[in-house]
Amino acid sequence: MSAIAGIVAINTFREAVRDRVLYNLIVFALMMIGASILVGEISIGIDRLVIINLGLSAISIFGLVMAIFIGVGLVYKEMEKRTLYSVLAKPVRRWEFLVGKFGGLLLTLAVNTLFMTLGLAAALFYVSRQFLRTDATILVAIYFILLELALVTAFALFFSCFSSPMLSTLFTLGIYVAGFFSADIRGIGTVTRSPAMQAAARVISYLLPNFRNFNIISAASHGDAIPFSLICQNTAYAALYVALVLIAASSIFSGRNLK
Amino acid sequence: MSTPAIEIEGLTKDYPVGFWRPRLRRSLDHLTLRVEDGEIFGFLGPNGAGKTTTLKVLMSIIYPTSGTARVRGKSIDDVRMHREIGYLPEQPYFYDYLTARELLEYYARLFGFGAADRRERVTRFLERVGLADAGDLQLRKFSKGMLQRVGIAQAILHDPQVIFLDEPMSGLDPVGRREVRDLIYDLKREGRTVFFSTHILSDAEMLCDRVAVLVGGKLQGVGAPAEIVSMQVYAMEILFETQVGRTLPNSLANSATQIGGRYRAEVPEEQLYPALEELRSCGARILSVTPLRPTLEDYFFKLIASNKTVPQPEEAVSR
Repeated sequence: MSAIAGIVAINTFREAVRDRVLYNLIVFALMMIGASILVGEISIGIDRLVIINLGLSAISIFGLVMAIFIGVGLVYKEMEKRTLYSVLAKPVRRWEFLVGKFGGLLLTLAVNTLFMTLGLAAALFYVSRQFLRTDATILVAIYFILLELALVTAFALFFSCFSSPMLSTLFTLGIYVAGFFSADIRGIGTVTRSPAMQAAARVISYLLPNFRNFNIISAASHGDAIPFSLICQNTAYAALYVALVLIAASSIFSGRNLK
Repeated sequence: MSTPAIEIEGLTKDYPVGFWRPRLRRSLDHLTLRVEDGEIFGFLGPNGAGKTTTLKVLMSIIYPTSGTARVRGKSIDDVRMHREIGYLPEQPYFYDYLTARELLEYYARLFGFGAADRRERVTRFLERVGLADAGDLQLRKFSKGMLQRVGIAQAILHDPQVIFLDEPMSGLDPVGRREVRDLIYDLKREGRTVFFSTHILSDAEMLCDRVAVLVGGKLQGVGAPAEIVSMQVYAMEILFETQVGRTLPNSLANSATQIGGRYRAEVPEEQLYPALEELRSCGARILSVTPLRPTLEDYFFKLIASNKTVPQPEEAVSR
């Protein structure tokens, strides 16, 4: 990331903090406190499993909502409010601005996720009075959620370069849902006899981001070990995909006439 | 010959208008201009003339349909050009969650100034635009005039050689306008070029070394205000008082208008002395005699009126 993109990223993070985006943490905290108390009352032996499942799902959903709803407005708001004019009059390339906005939201999501992770750890400690060695998988699951959020943010930013926030939200959600079922789309190809359909299903399933690969919540709640190769594979996959989406977004944004 | 501050060659901008059958509306039509180093250059025109479009193209906020432009010899496509220019957008909008100091700090960072330099600059420029006491106030609490001042501060924060100001007097009270005028003079004294768009013609007349007039996207004239407006006297204005009960001379009875206890009359230059003689003979007291010359405003309105009869440069183009 260039120095300019870094400066834009820090300002984007500051904007999120001042717009009270991190207030969602209060809701998360209340939810975890409530769940911890409730779990102690109703479940015997599966309290850890419930808390990890609930905590990781909440971290993922809260992050997704933030990534989509803030992501689609990141550049659009700057164009709409014309705050972009004075920035682009400075020695700032459009791609640097875009990458900076992406970095800023990613930083916001990372800080948000960090606090939620602390909340989850506190809830876990409250219900079982101990941390297990297998809890390290929770951290891997959270890392995968962050990779997923980076990908979703890149898509939200990409769509917002040429469509309204509402359409961008729908497109990003569409990509997320389709990406979650990309393996099933490949499966559709196998039940048809048409080679063209099979090829199309295969191409589409490979083009869509495979979000299911990032979901190891179930494994984390059962304390299953995650192979190191999967961590490397998912990291490389997310990095490459994010880079491609950001390059596409930059090329659209760089050629665009602003209002 | 030295490199001009700004060179614009054949700059044209078409906008698609309409959804189903888009047509192209020409907002800027082959604009060619040259602004010399150290000039205060006024860019005049009514609303929709293409002034802001020109500035947006120069800032690469929008891209031209055709034509080129250079600032201090650097193409507007070259990001390094932006180190040498400052820009105040029309109705400036800034991050309102920041304080004025934080905003200027942010912009100073984009120019790569070190921490100490940034602090010194921000303090100096807040003082220069009269916002020393409001530096730590969030911009959402600023009035329009204060925002305009912040806008000017961010435009000159990095000591640019060429400063583009889009309607810099807009939203300012008379004191603020006077201060901006003084600031523009100061920038010129420092050897900088100031290119500003305005529709306040008196400001342009007072400030500019040269002006360009744009109507309907087309350049109508460029030159010193005195060059583009004929300096020939078209009438003489007489301001006078009459004694109580005395009637006006016949020659002025129809043309004179009463303002308070005084009269104002416009007469052709060759009829000045006979008119004064008549006023003297009827005991009137002459208060002033002023030659009337066309102003930039007259020129401007004449141009707009003549352009209303000319069809707008709009053409249907299949996409």
